Amino acid sequence: MKLITAVIRPHRWENVREALELLGISGMTLTEVSGYGRQKGHTEVYRGAEYDVLLVPKVRIEIVAEEPDVDGIIQAIQSSAATGKIGDGKIWVSPVESVQRVRTGETGPAAI
Amino acid sequence: MTTPQLAAVAAIDPTATAAGDTAWLLASAALVLLMAPGLAIFYGGMVRSKSVLNMMMMVLGALAVVTVVWVVVGYSIAFGDDVTLGLFGDPTQYFGLKGLVEADPEARIPGILFAMFQGLFAVITVALIAGAIADRTRFGTWLVFCAVWTVLVYAPVAHWIFDFDAEGHVGGWMANKLGALDFAGGTAVEINSGAAGLAAALVLGKRLGFGRDPMKPHNLTLVMIGAGLLWFGWFGFNAGSALGASHLAAMAFVNTLVAGCTGLLAWLLVERVRDGHATSFGAASGAVSGLVAITPSCGVVTPIGAMAIGVAAGAICALAVGLKYKLGYDDSLDVVGVHLVGGLVGTILIGLLASSDVAAVDGLLYGGGLDQLGKQLVAAGATLVFSFTMTALIVWVLEKTMGFRVAEDDESAGVDLVLHAETAYDLHAATGGSRPHFGGN
Repeated sequence: MKLITAVIRPHRWENVREALELLGISGMTLTEVSGYGRQKGHTEVYRGAEYDVLLVPKVRIEIVAEEPDVDGIIQAIQSSAATGKIGDGKIWVSPVESVQRVRTGETGPAAI
Repeated sequence: MTTPQLAAVAAIDPTATAAGDTAWLLASAALVLLMAPGLAIFYGGMVRSKSVLNMMMMVLGALAVVTVVWVVVGYSIAFGDDVTLGLFGDPTQYFGLKGLVEADPEARIPGILFAMFQGLFAVITVALIAGAIADRTRFGTWLVFCAVWTVLVYAPVAHWIFDFDAEGHVGGWMANKLGALDFAGGTAVEINSGAAGLAAALVLGKRLGFGRDPMKPHNLTLVMIGAGLLWFGWFGFNAGSALGASHLAAMAFVNTLVAGCTGLLAWLLVERVRDGHATSFGAASGAVSGLVAITPSCGVVTPIGAMAIGVAAGAICALAVGLKYKLGYDDSLDVVGVHLVGGLVGTILIGLLASSDVAAVDGLLYGGGLDQLGKQLVAAGATLVFSFTMTALIVWVLEKTMGFRVAEDDESAGVDLVLHAETAYDLHAATGGSRPHFGGN
């Protein structure tokens, strides 16, 4: 089992959700985050005082999936989140040792 | 010298004291001004958090621009001597409010006070249009639009319906030749802004992701506060339109309260039956719908008539706000569903519910026949067609010349940040990530 984490532009989220739903992805966790990479922040001005706001708002999606599904999910996120401009985000995959459904106590793939 | 309108008012209620009338109109004008920040808060709560400041800026920007334009030339076009066929007034007669600056000992109300009271009506009308094109317009172009629209659309329509004939003065065609009734602005304010909102939304197009992305109101408590401020200000709008501290003002005051209440209840009833829940957003919208519809009629119907108008507006507007999804136009904050539809309801129902106990005529249901109803339909229709056509033209020309709509990337990022370099809410100290510069750094 793998954990797929994607950080994307907030306004692409509906696009990504639709693409994942077509794959039959039945659940995920979403967090509003902020960060920066090659895309730097912006300048805000309050009564003439300038503020450099380095961090850019992003959305982080986390999906636990079985190994054969991982490539399809990555493809779906990549194509639905991309705008072609700096700041589109990243997707990474990490191993997951165990998963357990809280309600039933099921473990492994049955809990996904 | 007295303005002709005020001479006409003086004839309505010769027993009222000038001091009382003037005091009430001063207070009313301040109440109408409060509707601008009230509207900013009402609309601000309805948009997404990335564009709340821009929405408030559109409303306050309209306040500033329209007031200036009104003083320079707007009032004169609306209330100067008619130039041709009752269509618009002489723009030079009161240019810069000249002729109103020196005190007139014979005036019941200072002419300059009447001019500014009317100017604040223009402010609200223009500001209302902002709701139809939320989240997607350039601020500078919006300010230009406010000025152009005041001169080419608002002032003429105000002349048609608000400028009464008097000795030595010829006013607008709707009020005098046609004889339509509009106490406080069902045509000039509500239908006018609603039709303009529809035209502007159609010409500028939908927001990115309209119908797909969630665009729910980001702060309903702001919406509730804004609705309350609007309602409070509306007493100045409607009862102030009696232009005196009179029984008629009290009548308009009562009707304004009553119609807001029945509008609120009717909208909630529709929601409860259709969607299963009575919502806070529905309560705020229903009250405003009732207030919109009673605006033209508050000085011509009985309190029972006002209740009926509020019910009709609350129910019909609750159904009308869904049209934009069916028909595919993005009237973002329902200027069409509430102000155009509510304005039509209130203006047309005068033809049925006007009572000679309050006004000079009886409507159809009070035995007055179809005559007044026909006049109301003509006034409503003419305002709608003129406003829609002119606005579509103005918005189209501004989009082609200055650019009215923001770039797609800017719209996605949010207009607060892109246009104003501000964000409305800084709720997390760490992620705000701010580093202040001081002096010339």
